[in-house]
Amino acid sequence: MKSEPAILAEGLQKRYGQTQALAGLDLRAEAGTVLGVLGPNGAGKTTAVRILTTLLKPDAGHARVAGLDVVRQANQLRARIGLAGQYAAVDENLTGVENLEMVARLYHLRGRVARQRAQELLARFDLLDAARRVVKTYSGGMRRRLDLAASLIMAPPVLFLDEPTTGLDPRSRLSMWDIISGLVSDGTTVLLTTQYLEEADQLANQIAVVDHGRVIASGTADDLKRQVGGERFEITVARGGDLTAAIDVLRPYSQGEMQIEAERRHILVPVAQGAQQLAAVVRDLDAARIPLDDLSLRRPTLDDVFLALTGSTATVEPDNQQQRGAGRPLARSNT
Amino acid sequence: MNMVESITRPPLRPVERPRFIWAISDALTLAERNLRQIPRIPDELIFSTIQPVIFVLLFRYVFGGAITGTGTSYVNYLMAGIFAQTVIFGSTSTGIGLANDLQRGLIDRFRSLPMAKSAVLTGRTLSDLVRNAFVIIVMWTVGLLVGFQPQGPVLNWFAAAGLLLLTSFAFSWISATIGMAVSTVEAAQSAGFIWLFPLTFASSAFVPTQTMPDWLRAFAEHQPVSLIVNAVRGLLLNKPDFTTIWQSLAWCVGILIVFIPLAVRAYNNRTAR
Repeated sequence: MKSEPAILAEGLQKRYGQTQALAGLDLRAEAGTVLGVLGPNGAGKTTAVRILTTLLKPDAGHARVAGLDVVRQANQLRARIGLAGQYAAVDENLTGVENLEMVARLYHLRGRVARQRAQELLARFDLLDAARRVVKTYSGGMRRRLDLAASLIMAPPVLFLDEPTTGLDPRSRLSMWDIISGLVSDGTTVLLTTQYLEEADQLANQIAVVDHGRVIASGTADDLKRQVGGERFEITVARGGDLTAAIDVLRPYSQGEMQIEAERRHILVPVAQGAQQLAAVVRDLDAARIPLDDLSLRRPTLDDVFLALTGSTATVEPDNQQQRGAGRPLARSNT
Repeated sequence: MNMVESITRPPLRPVERPRFIWAISDALTLAERNLRQIPRIPDELIFSTIQPVIFVLLFRYVFGGAITGTGTSYVNYLMAGIFAQTVIFGSTSTGIGLANDLQRGLIDRFRSLPMAKSAVLTGRTLSDLVRNAFVIIVMWTVGLLVGFQPQGPVLNWFAAAGLLLLTSFAFSWISATIGMAVSTVEAAQSAGFIWLFPLTFASSAFVPTQTMPDWLRAFAEHQPVSLIVNAVRGLLLNKPDFTTIWQSLAWCVGILIVFIPLAVRAYNNRTAR
């Protein structure tokens, strides 16, 4: 018997006035895995999370989480899920320990158990020293950890993280990733929304790319990358006159058709196992006396996947491509 | 990952109790949370205590000498008006607090928990009731310091305090409705306040209504704030007037009957987005 997925959404629709926030969204996450929901601002990610966490009723479609219907069994479900949000919903005028004890009591834990659980989580999230300080004085990373701790009071089997690292500095982001991976290795199912390509790539077993309220592609990070092809060399020659010579040198390495942008003296060479050929390519170009402005080996990012799928272009200059996907929100402009 | 091992552990068991018991308990938990915040938000503390003290001093010493026809010392006349205005102004923090919680995502947090849905509203109106009770005590003390001399049986004074608390509770539900109907905290603040100025000043709270023009006087003598002020004043000065007491109670109950459902509806509409 196949076990039910921890999260299953079918045909979810939600409309706000003129805006179709969700237009038949399907999602599926097996127990103990991370589902990354990736999309730009306004794609419908937050609306989906709000429906799956019982905060919002869908106009159409249905969803089950942890085996419970999100509309008809909403109250039972609330005891079995955790929600940590983009805006770190902790009370900034309470201390860390007061926040956790309040949430524990609202989960209807006995007073003693609530206090004990709060202490436990504060210790695990490295917040014991700050426990008696008002949250207003916390850093962004500390707030997120407290917010996450609050969502873990009941050790829920399914956890929803709505853009858990948006606005965090790189160090706090890495520590959040560690915590999330730890939860998953302990069997928690996580649905994670993100605008960060690297985040989905790092954490998610399965990725659903969402745009305009529906899933436009899904699969593993590798599946998605395969859709836009493999690695390639990006080469910029110093002198336009060398372009033809450079193409001749590179032809033996190319696994397909090279893309040439003459104006920018730019050559894209699809390759296999590029890292191992890098030295040889540099040697050959040097022997042919072709000076270079730039040479890089580029692996496809989820950003490329997104662009390939939606036909939208990112508002990123070509020479900034190294930074794309590395903690930079996906920006796009329809052209 | 050692660190996480005890985070994900066998489920913790919630305590089983009847739903209405949890509705009360959850409301108390949230009321306690709201009350804890007050001393930590200087604005709120100043708003709820210093501001009414300034009103007492202003009316007692600046305007008081020029106001006649009150039939008793002005400070004795004034205090009933101050009490009523203070609790009514104080009740606006219900809507502001709710709008604040909504804006900061706390109401989403609460709604994602298996707690009683009613507790967000009842907890907030309850904590504002407690706060207003505290403020009445502060104002009573300030009044005594500037010459206020309540008269008659102590029991009457408690009855007056009871009526003021009921007023505070009723106006809190109006405030909650406004706070959930507007879209920002700032709007909750101004929309919650603006209509209370004419209501409290065009009344018998600070001056006798006899000198007002006829049209205003007709309004001032029949609107609920005047009725409440007159009832409280009678109880504090040993001239209890049962007509205004009953009319005040009727107004408060009427406001609750109308505005509790309205507030709940506004809350549901607002959170269904």
